[in-house]
Amino acid sequence: MRGAKSATWVAGAIIVAMAATACGGGGGDKGSKNDAGGVNPNGKFSVEVGEPQNPLQPANTMESNGSIVVRSLFAQLVDYDPQGKIVMVNAQSVDTKDNKTFTVTLKDGWTFHDGTPVTAESYVKAWNWAANINNAQTNASWFADIKGFEDVHPAKEGAKPKADAMSGLKVVDDKTFTIELTTPIPYFVYKLGYEVFSPLPESFYKDPKAAGENPVGNGPYQFVKWDHKKQIEVKRFDGYKGPDKAKNGGVIFKNYTGLEAAYEDLKSGNVDVLRQIGPKDLPVYRDDLGDRAVDQAYSAIQSIVPAFYSKQWKNVDPKVIQGLSMAIDRDTITKTVLQGTREPATGFVAKGVLGYQDNVGGDVFKYDPAKAKELIKAGGGVPGNKISIQYNADGGHKEWVEAVCNSISNATGIKCAGDSKADFQSDLDAREAHEVKSIYRSGWVLDYPVNANFIRDLYATTSAGNQSGFSNKELDSMIKKADIAPTLDESVKEYQAVEKKMVELMPAIPLWYYKVNAGYSENVSNVQYAQNGDPVLTGVEVKK
Amino acid sequence: MPDVTKTAVENADPMAATAADAAAATGPAPQAEKARSLWGDAWRDLRRNPYFVVSGILILLLLLIAVFPGLFTSASPTYADLRNHYLGKPEYGKVFSAEWLGYDGQGRSVFARVIYGTRASITVGVSVTVLVTVLGGLVGMIAGYFGGWVDTILSRLTDVFFAVPFLLGTLVVLNSFTDRTVWVVSGALAFLGWTQIARVMRGSVITIKQADYVHAAQALGASTSRILMKHILPNAVAPVIVVATIALGGYISAEATLSYLGLGLPTSVVSWGQDISGGAQQIRTAQHIMLYPSIMLSITVLAFIMLGDAVRNALDPKLR
Amino acid sequence: MGRYVARRLLQMIPVFIGTTLLIFLMVYALPGDPVRALFGDKGADPTTVARIRHDLGLDQPILKQYWDYMTGIILHFDFGNQIASGRPVRDVLGEAFPVTIRLASLAFAIELVVGIALGVWAGMRAGKLADSLVLIFTLLLISVPVFVLGFIFKLVFAFQLGWMTPNVQDDTNYSQLLMPAIVLAALSLAYVARLTRTSIAENLRADYMRTAVAKGLPRRRVIGVHLMRNSMIPVVTFLGTDIGALMGGAVVTEGLFNIHGVGGTIYESILRREGTTLVGLVTVLVLVFLFTSLLVDLLYAVLDPRIRYA
Repeated sequence: MRGAKSATWVAGAIIVAMAATACGGGGGDKGSKNDAGGVNPNGKFSVEVGEPQNPLQPANTMESNGSIVVRSLFAQLVDYDPQGKIVMVNAQSVDTKDNKTFTVTLKDGWTFHDGTPVTAESYVKAWNWAANINNAQTNASWFADIKGFEDVHPAKEGAKPKADAMSGLKVVDDKTFTIELTTPIPYFVYKLGYEVFSPLPESFYKDPKAAGENPVGNGPYQFVKWDHKKQIEVKRFDGYKGPDKAKNGGVIFKNYTGLEAAYEDLKSGNVDVLRQIGPKDLPVYRDDLGDRAVDQAYSAIQSIVPAFYSKQWKNVDPKVIQGLSMAIDRDTITKTVLQGTREPATGFVAKGVLGYQDNVGGDVFKYDPAKAKELIKAGGGVPGNKISIQYNADGGHKEWVEAVCNSISNATGIKCAGDSKADFQSDLDAREAHEVKSIYRSGWVLDYPVNANFIRDLYATTSAGNQSGFSNKELDSMIKKADIAPTLDESVKEYQAVEKKMVELMPAIPLWYYKVNAGYSENVSNVQYAQNGDPVLTGVEVKK
Repeated sequence: MPDVTKTAVENADPMAATAADAAAATGPAPQAEKARSLWGDAWRDLRRNPYFVVSGILILLLLLIAVFPGLFTSASPTYADLRNHYLGKPEYGKVFSAEWLGYDGQGRSVFARVIYGTRASITVGVSVTVLVTVLGGLVGMIAGYFGGWVDTILSRLTDVFFAVPFLLGTLVVLNSFTDRTVWVVSGALAFLGWTQIARVMRGSVITIKQADYVHAAQALGASTSRILMKHILPNAVAPVIVVATIALGGYISAEATLSYLGLGLPTSVVSWGQDISGGAQQIRTAQHIMLYPSIMLSITVLAFIMLGDAVRNALDPKLR
Repeated sequence: MGRYVARRLLQMIPVFIGTTLLIFLMVYALPGDPVRALFGDKGADPTTVARIRHDLGLDQPILKQYWDYMTGIILHFDFGNQIASGRPVRDVLGEAFPVTIRLASLAFAIELVVGIALGVWAGMRAGKLADSLVLIFTLLLISVPVFVLGFIFKLVFAFQLGWMTPNVQDDTNYSQLLMPAIVLAALSLAYVARLTRTSIAENLRADYMRTAVAKGLPRRRVIGVHLMRNSMIPVVTFLGTDIGALMGGAVVTEGLFNIHGVGGTIYESILRREGTTLVGLVTVLVLVFLFTSLLVDLLYAVLDPRIRYA
């Protein structure tokens, strides 16, 4: 009885969030507040965010709640605009001739929030610290491209580091340093935009743990205070020299237990910007919010992946997988069950990424029951004539997994059922241990806006992200070739060829691209959403 | 004040106790036994109780639906047609047809699902309630009746179980089974569910065992099991029945919660619980999805509450 | 009596050890690794995982981990640190419990007062209209899921009438906690009302009632003292078990109204396999359970003088 209560919440709050509010008329009668008042450049606004899981150290933050805060506090060398073009932030220039050695020159006059200058040393020392195994930072492997990484981060478990610094990083002078990689990477500059590559002030090393509670960065905002489980407050850093100077006085990251509670607070004016709308409110949020409703694509993709190590999919003819792909009615499912929050996929690379090709999959991604049956038959059928799709029940996947299964069953007569794991941990555990029985769901949000991120990091035989046991020699050699292409453009083109090849090999069945479905209050304007789905905080304008 | 209480309990039912013991002492006398047996009396009482009759009919009907769902609808509960039937509105004119109560978010007939969901839901609700009542009742009765170190051990064990978070307990139990049948799910729900009944039963027994008719039976040399079954249980069972009948509904919804967590029944099994929690997501646009399975749940709970009330009245000597 | 209480307090030691060990083992038995989970969907670097596990002592045998943990609590009142955030569990407990205690006590008061009042009203008129009304009301509470109840409350009181904010903005403000407390109390209220009603109806026909009335005692005294006192044992038992449950099991309600209390923290710790946090939370809850069950047992003796504890 009591148990029933405790678990229901799960059904609601975390998984899909609950407690919506009806209350029609939200959209219509709210014109009372006019824009006439103009913008208050010192006004603060609030954003819905959960409690960050980790201390706020740039190289130790992977999940979304922490990273939105870290990104507001730290600026990196470069960033990229919505078209995928590199923009210099803290760097004056990042030059390379061979894609292997990069020379970074910093802009003048930058300081950390504590007033100390940002120097070449601030970067090099921070990266060496983050890469060092002794400091056990979760994002340490981001530095693996840099020469000498194994010396500070040995591959053997329990081994001691041989050196304190990576030999690939050299400080030339106060404003200049060089990065040498082990192999050329044409798109390495894009990786430098990730918050892992932030500089750290000298004060950080005295007590890294305390610095995680009270971070000092070089970004557009300065840390004020962290009321655990309630809110994190940051204010505009007036000494910020970057291109994205804050147009508001600061941000309050407000902690919510669920998306739907946040949505109610948005409607009653207690929070200003949401990152996401709960499923219960999706059907009505456009009516409720009017032009304050946000609906735009961002660079993430959802796929289902056959476990190629399993008995069922070992040595399967790719035609069978193509057939399954054609048995899924992506259009109808995204419009109905997913309520327009996704857009049917037509390839393996998400939209908004360099090298995205429209409709690369062609017919293979189109719903065609007759053709689907034919292909599956031609490929020798699905062993056992029965599949299951593994998913984590705490991620709101149940509905679409059921719909995909129903679509496959109705179209091909193959039996299909969802195989739910209680939580993300159990799901991940089964995937890593290669215990998935048939097919599993997999999502991928961009790390850097280049198509390689959606290809190499997922389907190359040795990639950490490749959990399906997919391995194809031809594809591997094409990927290798693309990686050593002399320029970024050529590399991107080579990867486009790889993507075309993947339609034949079908290492996964891409389903749809994600969209940002969010909204904001009447107190703010100019709310934009970035490629990773988060609101662009610095651009938000607070009304008077 | 104490003397009033004492008189009251003294007078509560001296006849029942002594008569039953006398019957036992004089050996089997079929006719007399039939006339005087507490459980036999209860049965005769029940048949005359309109609450019992109504709840009995309701429960029989539910059982019939559970066993032969095909008799009530020809529609399939699992056939999903998203293109044509996504969130289809109910068409109340077409009674008993697939579209009668509308379609759900997967394009399945709500009516067919309500009918076919009866089996799993009733099985889970009833079996968990029975398991919990028997286990909890036994523990509580033994702890309450014997007291001393037996009580200490059982009560502290109950405390420990009570403190284990529901989700943690069920996660652990269900993770040790690969096949999640209705019975495994019921077992998992019962695993932590018995503690409340145990406490209620214990509290009840502690009071009842002070009654003079119990002392009388003890003095007459009746066996412990006989005292427990004939004297303690019928008098102590009332609060347990109240808690158990309410909990029955709770378990049917708890199954929903578990399913939603990916811990309950597989999606291939139709149940009200799954439809209620699924329908809750559509509460702003299509209330019918959640409404009908909830109504079935309410009817079931009502039937069992009425049954529980009737049984308790029949068993309680004071109300005779 | 004094010796009895002392003995009961001593019993808390083995229960405390047993529960913490049980929770430790249960978390250990679950699939999934809290350290691996820090990396989410992206591939984890095994060296870093091993290093973090080593730093946290998670590579030790489970019983050694348990021993270290217990000695930490007993010798230094140190509940360990969280795996992901590295924060002391003591701080986490210090944030969650005050909020939960406020919410739970408010809910408890509601279920106590309203539940017993409804139960007495129905029980005194067993079989009449009032009884049926209470039956229907409690039936509604039982079959409407908590999240729907919360939804309806917010719709009516926050958005239509505008009496209060939909969510709790300040968790020290009791008027904001009122709505969640009512929702939290709803199901238990149904239990209390039905239990009271049954007990009252049953005892109403008992001979001592007739005796009391015959003795010419005023009706108020008969009901208030004799009837209530004899009917309260099952209700008190239920209420006793419910205090702890209201504290630890308010997960749904907390989530609904954006309250950061114990229930939500327990849920989160289970999903993240935060063993130390979970054990810390449950440890405090066990103490609550033990005290309430002692209190209930002592109340038995007050309500029914024939019950004596050596």
